[in-house]
Amino acid sequence: MLKKNKQIFYRFIPLTIFLILFMIGIAVNEPQRVLEQAWNICLDCIGIG
Amino acid sequence: METVRKLIQTFFTFLTNGYVLFPWTKNIYQGSFKIVCSPGLNCYSCPASITYCPLGSIQQLLLGIRFSFETGSYFFGSYVFGTIGIIGSLTGRLTCGWLCPFGLLQELLYKIPSWRKFRTAKPLRYIKYFMLVFLVIVFPLVLTDQWGMGKPWFCKFVCPAGTLEAGFPMLALQPDLRATVGLLFYNKLFWLFLFLIWSVFSCRFFCKTACPLGAFYGLFNKISFLQLHLNEENCTDCGACFQVCPMEIQFNKNVNSPECILCMRCLHEGCKFDAISLRGAGLPLSPISSKKYIRK
Repeated sequence: MLKKNKQIFYRFIPLTIFLILFMIGIAVNEPQRVLEQAWNICLDCIGIG
Repeated sequence: METVRKLIQTFFTFLTNGYVLFPWTKNIYQGSFKIVCSPGLNCYSCPASITYCPLGSIQQLLLGIRFSFETGSYFFGSYVFGTIGIIGSLTGRLTCGWLCPFGLLQELLYKIPSWRKFRTAKPLRYIKYFMLVFLVIVFPLVLTDQWGMGKPWFCKFVCPAGTLEAGFPMLALQPDLRATVGLLFYNKLFWLFLFLIWSVFSCRFFCKTACPLGAFYGLFNKISFLQLHLNEENCTDCGACFQVCPMEIQFNKNVNSPECILCMRCLHEGCKFDAISLRGAGLPLSPISSKKYIRK
């Protein structure tokens, strides 16, 4: 039982870390930057940049 | 179950590429939905795409990190890494098997009859980690020009999804762009055709060997909330899971391998002995038989 609880607990570690990263991103207004990038045609992606 | 999976893959392909007005606007979608991450490989310069590509965004943020820090805005990809990290932590590589448009295309190509089907050599599977570490993270960050700007190495030199979903349609929609086609485009064409043609002979060849997004999600397979579980008591080591697996994994020998895309074919089509079950946070999600089977 203890082993099982430990396994569930370990699963929360990466989730928490990435959730914090996600929140940091929102706090520094990164979504706006991502949006601006996504609105422009990426010539590199097309292969002519 | 395989039909359901194909339907979900198709639905998701159209959902993430739902901008139907592009033939008239002759441009990409520029609405606010583009703040949403496409979990699978789907180029955001595809005229129909309504979501952003995590790989493209990470590279764009990292290549301009110096400029971003100088201007006092601290964009280092935390929003994008956070998003795909959450997806990976919850579902591992499930996205590859169920939601990725490029994965669906490769699976359809594999259905084309060919004189022989090939397995993918194990060393080739490590290439995707090189792609993730160097082409997506290190090179855009470190190899900069005189203005301190890097390049999106993976998008620029390899990404076959970009060439297919953005390259061809945008060149068709905007004739002015055709004048700029050169060696770089032909290089990307080469990679696109290599991966597509080889997908006829080897299932999901790009996913197995070169997809950085799959490599990233795969890192979570052993610790994600959603996992396949092996009931060792029921396993007869018959190898049926290996026979049906598109990623060529023998599940009982490599439980929750980073290669596993959680398509669940081993669970529904392969194993006849109820040795494989689906678990969410360690709790069973699919019924487990209490029958016991005798090992060979």
